[in-house]
Amino acid sequence: MDSPLDPTTAVDAVERGLAEAGYIASRQIATAVFLAQRIEKPILVEGPAGVGKTELAKAIAAWRGLKLIRMQCYEGLDESKALYEWKYAKQLLYTQILKDKLGEVLGHADTLPAALARLHEFGDVFFSKEFIESRPLLQALEQQDGCVLLIDEVDKSDAEFEAFLLEILSDYQVTIPEIGRVDAIVPPVVILTSNAARDLGDALKRRCLHLHIGFPQPKLEARIIETRVPGVAGVLRGQIVAFVNRLRGLDLKKLPSVSETIDWARVLLLLHASALEPQLVRDTLNVLLKYEIDMEAATPQVPDLVAKAVRDVVPG
Amino acid sequence: MLAPSSNSTQSTLLRFFRAARGAGVRISPAESLDAIGAVAAVGYGDRGLLRDALLLTLAKTTDDKRSLAECFDLFFSRADVAGADAAADADLAPQPGDLGDLAQMLRDGDQAGLSAAMAVAADAAGLSDIRYFTQRGIYARRILDAMGQARLDRDIAARSGTSAGRSLAEARDALRDSVRDLVARAILLYAREETESLRNEVLRSTPLSRLDRRDVERMRIIVAAMARRLRDRYSKPRKARDRGRLDARRTIRRNAGWGGVPFLTVWRRRRIEKPRIMALCDVSGSVARTAEFLLLFLYSLNEALSDIRTFAFSAELVEVSDVLETQAIEPAIRDIMGRVGLGSSNYGRALEDFDKDFMSAVTNRTTVIILGDGRTNYLDPRTDILRRIAERARRVIWLNPESRFSWGIGDSEMPHYAPHCRIVRQCSTVEQLERVVSDLLAMDRR
Repeated sequence: MDSPLDPTTAVDAVERGLAEAGYIASRQIATAVFLAQRIEKPILVEGPAGVGKTELAKAIAAWRGLKLIRMQCYEGLDESKALYEWKYAKQLLYTQILKDKLGEVLGHADTLPAALARLHEFGDVFFSKEFIESRPLLQALEQQDGCVLLIDEVDKSDAEFEAFLLEILSDYQVTIPEIGRVDAIVPPVVILTSNAARDLGDALKRRCLHLHIGFPQPKLEARIIETRVPGVAGVLRGQIVAFVNRLRGLDLKKLPSVSETIDWARVLLLLHASALEPQLVRDTLNVLLKYEIDMEAATPQVPDLVAKAVRDVVPG
Repeated sequence: MLAPSSNSTQSTLLRFFRAARGAGVRISPAESLDAIGAVAAVGYGDRGLLRDALLLTLAKTTDDKRSLAECFDLFFSRADVAGADAAADADLAPQPGDLGDLAQMLRDGDQAGLSAAMAVAADAAGLSDIRYFTQRGIYARRILDAMGQARLDRDIAARSGTSAGRSLAEARDALRDSVRDLVARAILLYAREETESLRNEVLRSTPLSRLDRRDVERMRIIVAAMARRLRDRYSKPRKARDRGRLDARRTIRRNAGWGGVPFLTVWRRRRIEKPRIMALCDVSGSVARTAEFLLLFLYSLNEALSDIRTFAFSAELVEVSDVLETQAIEPAIRDIMGRVGLGSSNYGRALEDFDKDFMSAVTNRTTVIILGDGRTNYLDPRTDILRRIAERARRVIWLNPESRFSWGIGDSEMPHYAPHCRIVRQCSTVEQLERVVSDLLAMDRR
């Protein structure tokens, strides 16, 4: 990473590396990954559902041979579930077991202050690292070889939790009141994803590279299909991509995303289709569209769209 | 990786940040530091890469990305200096000693030299400080002077009548055009910041009734931003503020695993009621000028809040919730104005309609908002219905776009309506509108 590689080549290398891990990245995505490593910044990935935000983190982990630590955010997530928790049961158990030992140690003290003084000599035995249950964030900092930390759907968490993330995002460290600061052994590659359920705070955004992944260009999408569903013939692949792109032009509640395109390509492969036909498309449309209203809106247009998609592909 | 001329590249970047701020992208110092780091990592070699790097570090929303991309293209587009070619083949016999640098460059068609000279001169003239487009002339002159126009003029005068002189003069005119273009671009880049924020500030405090048609687009942006702010602030419950009393029952249950020793405390949570709003908007002729903005506001509110029903009336009252829900803003407003807009207002009739069809939906958790001037054309105001609404609802809020002084004058029935409303506010500017709504949403959290 530190070799004085020409940046263009370096970005190409990222693109290739991700491709080997089965992720076809656009130039911008590759640049983001490159920059994230170079200037050690988290990447905040936004975009519609199913365009491969989470996949990106997995691909980076696979490519660089790092462990992937995933933290799914949800409303009500707090630091005891994200960072650390004391092992209360273990603490209790140990106090029970050590009861006699304590008596022995303190037995020689005559007065209460003397006993207390003895106790102080042992320090905070029960609030040491032994009794800490690491949660994803702390685990990510403790990895010897570094890791990819995926903070998934950060927009689902509360604003407080977002604020709590700031320390780890900007300095790769967390502070545990009883123990002190824990620094990352190797700064992890941090990927945050968001579906824009709510606007994230400026403070969080400021600490991240902001990458927006939209629906891919038809060419890129065709390459993605080629990698993920290798069995689909070239013509059909072109038609699938062209049709889905036309479909995205309609006014739908939920536009079909890359993951839906992949699913649909798989379905068509299973049905041994060699070209798009209106009837076939109508029968399998529910793979692409997830709402009844969308189905109703799109179904009458299917023959037209199929014809256009077929036409799109033939000349090229 | 820092280029040797890192000082000048940095000042270029700094100027780009200013231009980007002018384009409406908010860039914090931390972000500009990141951008400088990122640019150092990718270098200036690959334009696409540079662009991606800046977009990744500076722009944090899709809108920002779009404006920043435009700004980037504008900023890093290098204008070809038109003068160069014109004079290139004119006078091949070089007479070095008696030509100024500028004239020589023009004669030799030295594109690179001319662009560089222009850039240096623009820096010297402080072009990035340009603020108003009335300053065009001054800056163009300053740049030309810094490039050595005086000497060029003398060179041309000395050759007047010869073909060399003529072509140099042509080249000079072309050069002037290029400089003017450069200044025009600078205005686009740098002057926007001031003018935009100034205009937004003015618009926010201008009475709705005095707004111009052409401000509608801008207004929409402001109102939408307001609605978004309000939604962000109020859509999520704030837990910290609700912590108060210990929930003993749940604490014991939670800690049963540790023999009832309360390691974890559970606090009572206060349930927060999301505002259920029914909004009635007057779109009659008397509020014609503000009606569209009020609808615009309703539209934004509808986007921001989940539980809201909206109605519009002149005389007859119709529910417009699904129009606002399903249509884009412009057709929605046109549709509503077409259906009930600009009639002669009859509050009594509208209240009767509401009473007949929708009164049952008003519960003790509903907030009823009425947007209108309360001018009834001397018809029966039916304050009794408003009273009944007030009795049923959690509260009634009346927002009046007219100034307080004119309430009660002429056919205004505000003095009769007001006693039944919990809150009566004048709301004639966007600023006031925002304050009212913010108060309204905040009330639900006590």
